[in-house]
Amino acid sequence: MREEVPAQVTTQISGLIPQPRSGPATLEHRHLLGVEHLSSEEIETILDLAAEYKRALVSRPDERLTTLRGRTVVNLFFENSTRTRTSFELAARRLGGDVINFDVATSSVAKGETLVDTAETIEALGADFIVMRHGASGSCNFLMRHVSASLINAGDGSHEHPTQALLDALTIREALGRIEGASISIIGDALHSRVARSAIWALTKLGARVTLAGPSTLVPIEFATLNVRVVHDFREAVQNADVIYLLRVQTERQAASFLPSLAEYRALFGMDGERLAQTKPDALIMHPGPVNRGVEVTREVMDSPRSRILGQVTNGVAVRMAVLTLLDQARLRREAASAARRAQK
Amino acid sequence: MSAAPSVLIKGGTVVDPSQGLHARRDVLISQGRIDAIADAISPQRSARVIDASGLIVAPGFVELHCHLREPGGSASETIESGSAAAAAGGYTTVFPMPNTNPVCDSPVVVKFLLGRAAEVRRARVVPIAAVTREQKGEQLADLGTLKAAGAGAFSDDGRPIMNAMIMRRALTYARMLGTPIFDHCEDLNLTADGVMHEGSVSLRLGLRGIPRSSEASMVARDCGLSHETGGHLHVCHVSNRDSIAAIRFWKDRGAPVTAEVSPHHLTLTDDAIAQGDGYDTSAKMKPPLCCEDDRRLLVEALEDGTIDCIATDHAPHAPATKDTLFNDAPFGIIGFESAFSVLYTAFVAPGRWRLDFLIEKMTSAPAKLMGAEWGTLKPGAAADLTLLEVGVERPFDLSSIRSRSRNSPWLGKAMLARPVGTLLEGNETFAHPALFPAGLSAARSLAPAAVS
Repeated sequence: MREEVPAQVTTQISGLIPQPRSGPATLEHRHLLGVEHLSSEEIETILDLAAEYKRALVSRPDERLTTLRGRTVVNLFFENSTRTRTSFELAARRLGGDVINFDVATSSVAKGETLVDTAETIEALGADFIVMRHGASGSCNFLMRHVSASLINAGDGSHEHPTQALLDALTIREALGRIEGASISIIGDALHSRVARSAIWALTKLGARVTLAGPSTLVPIEFATLNVRVVHDFREAVQNADVIYLLRVQTERQAASFLPSLAEYRALFGMDGERLAQTKPDALIMHPGPVNRGVEVTREVMDSPRSRILGQVTNGVAVRMAVLTLLDQARLRREAASAARRAQK
Repeated sequence: MSAAPSVLIKGGTVVDPSQGLHARRDVLISQGRIDAIADAISPQRSARVIDASGLIVAPGFVELHCHLREPGGSASETIESGSAAAAAGGYTTVFPMPNTNPVCDSPVVVKFLLGRAAEVRRARVVPIAAVTREQKGEQLADLGTLKAAGAGAFSDDGRPIMNAMIMRRALTYARMLGTPIFDHCEDLNLTADGVMHEGSVSLRLGLRGIPRSSEASMVARDCGLSHETGGHLHVCHVSNRDSIAAIRFWKDRGAPVTAEVSPHHLTLTDDAIAQGDGYDTSAKMKPPLCCEDDRRLLVEALEDGTIDCIATDHAPHAPATKDTLFNDAPFGIIGFESAFSVLYTAFVAPGRWRLDFLIEKMTSAPAKLMGAEWGTLKPGAAADLTLLEVGVERPFDLSSIRSRSRNSPWLGKAMLARPVGTLLEGNETFAHPALFPAGLSAARSLAPAAVS
């Protein structure tokens, strides 16, 4: 698991790692549980650092940094997600950290006790960061009370998936130049989507006008309390949208009568070539993946040059590098502060 | 219970809404009953004297809805610990729900509960028996036999009777017995796998919601059945505005319906779940905490009489079972020890309610709907009393709790009142260790608080 980092390729990028500046260019959190509790300045800080990391990733792809040297990042995934786990792994390794993958995906949702037992085992290994994905909303909030490591939420039930939303925000910012004032429509099963919640928080905090669309069973009107517009008509949703963000629709929603059928979903809200023509000519099409091809989006749309459905891998790694770096800096500041307090006594 | 020696409670302010009394009075207890209430009663040689100066003397509280978990759930509570918790909260009469293991659906279990309560002697326990065998909602339990054994009410509680015909038969039959059916109104299909009120907070937290209609549709159904059959339906823990409207509708038409509301539904909203670190399982209960509009309307419904009384739904769960993921945690919170403190602090201290109103809703109001002679200090009544300290800020903390469980959303909160002593038929069942370190009739340790 451990990867020795050759000294000759560890380069500190000068000026990249900010010393605690005045103002909000730091992240004063022990954990990243969600976007809800981040300020717009903190989100910008993460995106700014991610953008710098991305430039370096592109220009110097083999580089290893020393930012997380001596730190251990544990990926604790109670649900399978090769994509997200690999992205965190690449991010941590690039920063010079050690990575341990703890794959505990099970068919049933791991109970609280199991969760605490597993996390305690992991802490005994000396984990500094625990990156967790779990099927229950609030699982990170719960685990936070039982561990001393920094927790990074890689998706908890239907609650939040902050790094996915942040990487999507980075993608949108790159494409549009700015997020403030942009019209962004999120279409699909928002009710069960952690990505939707994190994206709503991130995009509204950054000043976007967000529209949620989908069947009324899956996009309840109460979403309007999150400062978004709720509509149930595809055309209304995509008119004037700069970005159209499609969410995965899962087959099990049919069984619970949220949907009559996937065919009907496709007929009312699916994005195909014809519907694409109803959108603004330069509107971006995004999807957090994995895609139900032929349900929420057709192959034709995915292959269109306006699609950002694939190819956001670099942004994912860059955003996760930024989050790890900023949380580690916050931790160093906390440790320095408590050492100073001890010295005073 | 055996008769106690005579007891004189001196110097307290007696608040007894059953006789419109709110004045400085002494109370004399003989043979376990109220003997006299007068301006000044001289102690007889044989009488034990309790110094109640600066304290409120009220009838013992009556709890129509609690869970004592015995038999079968002693990790959470027992008759002994639950009765002690009741006494520490000022309660003298408690109605435990039948969802024990085994279910209280046979005279044997009713008699077991009564026997344990008589040994413990901390509270008058009136068992609620199941409406249907094993609370399965399929076949009526032997309701007449259960009543004869000592059951005071019938309920399937958290396993609501989904088949309306069974409920209709039960109400018809219970009418003959003159015994109410306590109805936990919930449509399990509407609840599905919901864990909190469906609204903006559940949406934000990504938790499955329970719609108001889960309760309100069953309230409407069962109130209609009550009206049709003439059977007394008591709606448990009303939680939302739509249920209130249904109760009001049927009460206006003369349905024999009564209703209770809990301290938590009167004071908290679903936002409590999102506070602090979030996903607070001590704010997870059924029916779920709804939103501010519901809370406000519940207060008004209690005030205008649509809702008859207060009941805590004291639901102990062993600490380990609540320290888990929100989805996995059991529903319910403890309520005995905090009820008076919470409601005094929320409604009496700021001047919304008179103290008499609060005490009425915890004493004579629940007793009246049961047609019972508890909750009063009228001469001849059982000498069930509680002594209350009001107007002094104290924390509600672990030392306030006698239950085996501690699943309370109010732990660590400052309260402006607390029960400090309780008597059941003249026998001491609770003496606050700080105020009465050597028992109620021994010397007090602290200067009494001022009573406004």
